[in-house]
Amino acid sequence: MTVTAPPVVDAEESTGRVGDAVFAGISRGSAILIMLALAGVAVFLLQQGLPALGNHGEAAYGKDNIWAFVWPLLFGTLLASLIAMIVAAPLAIGVALIISHYAPRPVAKVLGWLIDLLAAIPSVVYGLWGIQFLALNMVPVYKWLEDHAGWIPFFEGPVPNSGRTMFTAGLVLAVMALPIITAICREVFAQTPKMHQEAALALGATRWEMIRLAVFPYARSGMVSAVLLGLGRALGETMAVALVLAPTLIVSFNLITAEQSSSTIAANIALNFGNASGSKIDTLIFSGLVLFVITFAVNFLGRSIAARGRKG
Amino acid sequence: MAKSIDVSDLNIYYGDFLAVEGVTMTIKARSVTAFIGPSGCGKSTFLRSLNRMHEAIPGARVEGKVMVDGQSLYEPSIDPVAVRRQIGMVFQRPNPFPTMSIYENVLAGKRLNNKRMSKSDADALVEKSLRGANLWNEVKDRLSKPGMSLSGGQQQRLCIARAIAVEPQVLLMDEPCSALDPISTAAIEDLIHELKTDYTIVIVTHNMQQAARVSDDTGFFNLKAAGEPGHLVEFNPTNKMFTNPDEESTEAYISGRFG
Repeated sequence: MTVTAPPVVDAEESTGRVGDAVFAGISRGSAILIMLALAGVAVFLLQQGLPALGNHGEAAYGKDNIWAFVWPLLFGTLLASLIAMIVAAPLAIGVALIISHYAPRPVAKVLGWLIDLLAAIPSVVYGLWGIQFLALNMVPVYKWLEDHAGWIPFFEGPVPNSGRTMFTAGLVLAVMALPIITAICREVFAQTPKMHQEAALALGATRWEMIRLAVFPYARSGMVSAVLLGLGRALGETMAVALVLAPTLIVSFNLITAEQSSSTIAANIALNFGNASGSKIDTLIFSGLVLFVITFAVNFLGRSIAARGRKG
Repeated sequence: MAKSIDVSDLNIYYGDFLAVEGVTMTIKARSVTAFIGPSGCGKSTFLRSLNRMHEAIPGARVEGKVMVDGQSLYEPSIDPVAVRRQIGMVFQRPNPFPTMSIYENVLAGKRLNNKRMSKSDADALVEKSLRGANLWNEVKDRLSKPGMSLSGGQQQRLCIARAIAVEPQVLLMDEPCSALDPISTAAIEDLIHELKTDYTIVIVTHNMQQAARVSDDTGFFNLKAAGEPGHLVEFNPTNKMFTNPDEESTEAYISGRFG
């Protein structure tokens, strides 16, 4: 009996190792690059924005201090995004359910494409659509609200004939945030384990009861993170809001008026940056820093809730 | 409460694909009927057609008749949801609802039927169902713990408790022990013996000893040939099946000479 020596595979292995090392290097480099880009943005915002902390008067667009300048914009940003989420979240969850559980497969597929297509429309187009179509068509609705619900501060009016109001801005943002919320919800719904759905059906659950019993409990954290990611999109959206809303520095809950309407941080920067100079630039950048912190926190929260749900 | 099932000339399709062909049998009330046969021969598909669960797969349909106590299951006027409330099902892998407690799991089906139930009624039903599933003594002190905290065998008995809580007439079991260890399997088999005084039980199993142990009647399913639909080869009292079957292929399968 002869003992055969183990085959020598050094040559093969070494080429594999070089490829491995190159690939590892490239992917590590890409990862570091992304971190550097993020850090670069943060450093830029801090460096340029923090000196504006002491700005007041002319440099703070006529406000006593920088916070008096940022607060109305922050308020407007949050209000528009909140309207967007109130409108978009139920709609997106409904559409996602239709795609994952109700519609026959061919219909669901087409519907999925159409929703994805919404995400591909440039935001300036949304802005134009918001002014030229949505705003004008919403005027009768606003008028009705003003007449019948005017005692609620939200619907005090007066309604502008252009229809360019906080509510219109919120609706445009809702349409823009719809695709990302729908896409994530659809994925989570479709991943609901079949055995839990069958457990519900076998107990005599209707389709809706099955969804409440098996799909929603499984998908809860995914739905929350989807809405938060949609919120992240709405908070940072610029062009659409800039076209719809006039830049005013007012804190107002009035949703259906033009003059007394708040604006958003992103839109305000876009509209004013061209004319700004000197310390006004710092002021605008500081408002950008505030937006950066908020969107970062919202996205982070969304991701962490999604990750926690996946573990549980 | 228990009811008999008459099946005549049942063909089951997935789209254009004929999965099971020409099944005719009578499943007696208050007895255990077992289906055996090789994988993919359509016995699970047939079982699922008995409470219209196979319709969860798009394109599934049947031809022929399934009569439960004289009432046809596949009349256009019959709602599959109503059928499933009468004919419960236990699955291969234990599937308690993961976010619910043991208590809530037992009540899940009942809560669908009538929303309002007094606390004392609910407590009584939970105890009765868990006792019925031989699980009460093991879980009575931790009813508020998640259903998923139980062992596999306990989870399966929890699923049985959940199924009998809605007081069905028939209980279908699709390989209920295939994911369980021998001790849990024995516990479930004992339970099947007890349940048959109240329910009509139909069980699919890959384990021939199990079929011999628990069932009164046995049906042997097989493919006519590779690529052909599955069909019912023989349906007889279990005693006869395992000692002196009518068909040679049944004996070949049972004695392990299968080819």
